[in-house]
Amino acid sequence: MVDIKDLEKAARAGKLDRREFIKRAGALGLSLPFATSLLSQSVHAAMPKRGGKFVQGSRHGGTTDTLDPGTHENGFMQNVVYTYANHLFEVDNTGELIPELAESFEASKDAKTWVIKLRKGVEFHNGKSFGADDVVSSMNHHRGEDSKSAGKSLLDAVVDMKKTGPHEVTFKLSGGNADFPFILSDYHFAILPDFNGQMDWQAGFGTGGFVLQSFEPGVRATFKRNPNYFKSNRAHFDEVETISLVDTTARQNAVMNQEVHAINGVDPKTVHLLGRNPSISILETTGTLHYTFPMRVTMAPFDNYDLRMAVKLSVDREQLVKKILLGHGAVGNDSPIASSMPYYNDKMPQRKYDPDKAKFHLKKAGMEGITLDLSTSEAAFSGAVDAALLVKDSAAKAGLSVNVVREPKDGYWSNVWNKKAWCACYWGGRPTPDWMFTAAYVADSNWNDTDWRTGPKADRFNKLVVAARSELDTSKRREMYFEAQELVNDDGGLVLPMFANYIHALNKKVAHDEQVAGNWESDGNKNVERWWFA
Amino acid sequence: MLHPVVRTILQRLGLGLITLFVVSLILFSSIEFLPGDFGEAVLGQAALPETVAAFRKELGLDLPLHERYFDWLGGMLTGDMGNSFSGRGSSGGTDRSRPVIELLAPRLANTLFLASMAAIISVPLALFLGITAALYRNSIYDRSVNALTLTTISFPEFFVAYLLILILSSFLKLFPSLANISPDAPFWDRAYLTFLPALTLTLVIVAHMMRMTRAAIINLMASPYIEMAELKGASKSEIILRHALPNAWAPIVTVIAFNLAYLVVGVVVVEVVFVYPGVGQLMVDAVTTRDVPVVQGCAMIFAATYILLNLFADIISIITNPRLLHPR
Repeated sequence: MVDIKDLEKAARAGKLDRREFIKRAGALGLSLPFATSLLSQSVHAAMPKRGGKFVQGSRHGGTTDTLDPGTHENGFMQNVVYTYANHLFEVDNTGELIPELAESFEASKDAKTWVIKLRKGVEFHNGKSFGADDVVSSMNHHRGEDSKSAGKSLLDAVVDMKKTGPHEVTFKLSGGNADFPFILSDYHFAILPDFNGQMDWQAGFGTGGFVLQSFEPGVRATFKRNPNYFKSNRAHFDEVETISLVDTTARQNAVMNQEVHAINGVDPKTVHLLGRNPSISILETTGTLHYTFPMRVTMAPFDNYDLRMAVKLSVDREQLVKKILLGHGAVGNDSPIASSMPYYNDKMPQRKYDPDKAKFHLKKAGMEGITLDLSTSEAAFSGAVDAALLVKDSAAKAGLSVNVVREPKDGYWSNVWNKKAWCACYWGGRPTPDWMFTAAYVADSNWNDTDWRTGPKADRFNKLVVAARSELDTSKRREMYFEAQELVNDDGGLVLPMFANYIHALNKKVAHDEQVAGNWESDGNKNVERWWFA
Repeated sequence: MLHPVVRTILQRLGLGLITLFVVSLILFSSIEFLPGDFGEAVLGQAALPETVAAFRKELGLDLPLHERYFDWLGGMLTGDMGNSFSGRGSSGGTDRSRPVIELLAPRLANTLFLASMAAIISVPLALFLGITAALYRNSIYDRSVNALTLTTISFPEFFVAYLLILILSSFLKLFPSLANISPDAPFWDRAYLTFLPALTLTLVIVAHMMRMTRAAIINLMASPYIEMAELKGASKSEIILRHALPNAWAPIVTVIAFNLAYLVVGVVVVEVVFVYPGVGQLMVDAVTTRDVPVVQGCAMIFAATYILLNLFADIISIITNPRLLHPR
């Protein structure tokens, strides 16, 4: 159904002209003056304004947080680092990769050598000017034998990195990777000032749109606008305070009582009540977060292709999205590549709940009357136990009996996941297909939770991932990734019924671009420099 | 020969130290029984066994239990609580963990601030309500004070907290629902931010203290010397304040000390609801990340608080009680 919001969206994206907008709005039953006022509002909202103190509540944050980017693991620190520091590349609000501290880049034909030219005239908050040395020490912080950085494995492929000019750095990779700039946009790889050949993170100086004023781990971080910011169209607030509000009720109270302007992690169960508050608007983004039920293809009976197919067909995805995510999500298609990601295969037919077809595959496998154990726990994702019970229900109609095993929360990731034949799991997702596949689907990944490593189709998949990684021709790359997604969907052990939305609640005073990034929550966690007060 | 009061105090102090020592033993051994360890928790499930082993060695977790215990105890005695585990898992070869004391001190200050705010409101209130309830025993006033305080103590803390938020901050917009105070804020700002959590705690503890005050006084009202005062023609308030109350201090102070200790160690729920950066939250965080030195530091401070406050209550009840002051 088309509603007025879609029209507004289209108008702002330039897909509709004024005449068309009014015509269609009329068709929706809106009067002409109202329709034109809507249009002007939409256009006004798109003009950022400077000023104000923005206070936001984050659902993350702990006393163990530090300013060392190598230790960043939660959304609070991601948001903080994206507020006061910059990276070589940035995933913008439309999901596209753009240079940030890099000015331009050049890759060799085999995508093994990357020459990155750096932006000139940029200054850190302490007045030091930004150059190649800062990049080298910032990257070295995550490399080397004794580095314990959480981002270390992402840079494993970097065999050599050199300053090749005052504003130029050259990276050499062990294997070609066309997505290398994407990796450099990862929150771990913040560019912080160099101090005697080491990255100086202790002082908290970056190049970002806001200068860090204070940081109390697990409590808050405060910022002031950087008057010398190199982006002219970003960083609109004068002051910013990011507060850790781990408790959901406290967080939602805070935005209702207008003590904060924005929160993330709104509970899907109460979002409709929150949305009724006249001062609040709800912002949802479909990102890469997804909930899965991986089957280990090396363990009986999941080593049988037809049984796997029967299981995949006997999961009612629509129902799971409706009942577990309460509609705040999208149906998955047994492939971990989200619709917001590059090279998403939109040609692949959506797998639907089909008990008859499932019965057919079950009969073909010769396993009628079999009972499967499905291990689950709330540790996997919120609602995982209910989700498993829904799977049991829908599978029963296909003649497949599922025994739901409730596992303890503590130790779920070390004792159940990646060990039991079939369990519940979640993935935060990754920005690119290569990254996602490398994390959990290629043969040599420790996190390959479906254990789908051998066999003709798995071999083909692994070859495709390696070949696509170094392929610079996008249309060839698209073909490869499309096929790879089909292979996972068909032969792999993955049951991926749903992608969950990130749900935010914003005070109506807060404005943002029409398109909001979904790579992380809070506009790719760069909301502080992207949003403004209307 | 020491004065009997001084001797009793010294005795109690000694007993307190022994208790603290026993607590440290129990604490240390029970933490050993926690499933999982910091090495695994911080390095993640994909970590290689060798990495975990190297990390455990770096933290000294490979040493035998008794050695680690005496190391830790020795540190505690010299005021050194050791360094937190977290931060050591980070990058670079250098140690970036923070001393436990540095983590604990600002939060302990916050917790004590909240506890004193709550105590300043609740102790006088409870005494006033208790004395007046005893004064007008079985009147409507007495019954309604009793009913009201019993109602607030019967509700779980988080419910009282949410009720106060709903009424005082959502509807009336008088007080903020977030009490995330910062250490450098002026006193009145902090007092204002802390008002709702302090009020919640007050509602939760006032009934206990008030009822003990009332019961202790009423109990004494039946004794012969009160009858004597009555026959003498003293007024009712005079009887209670001058004759009954001094003899009732001992049980009242014990209950007050108990509740004050609760304000320091048992307010995790209130801290979470109001996002108050206190010690309780720190300890819960530390338990989930298996940051043992921080857990131990918090627990020892909690134990010391209990022991000190009880010692204090004992001393006051001895000083105010002539029979204990001059034992025969």
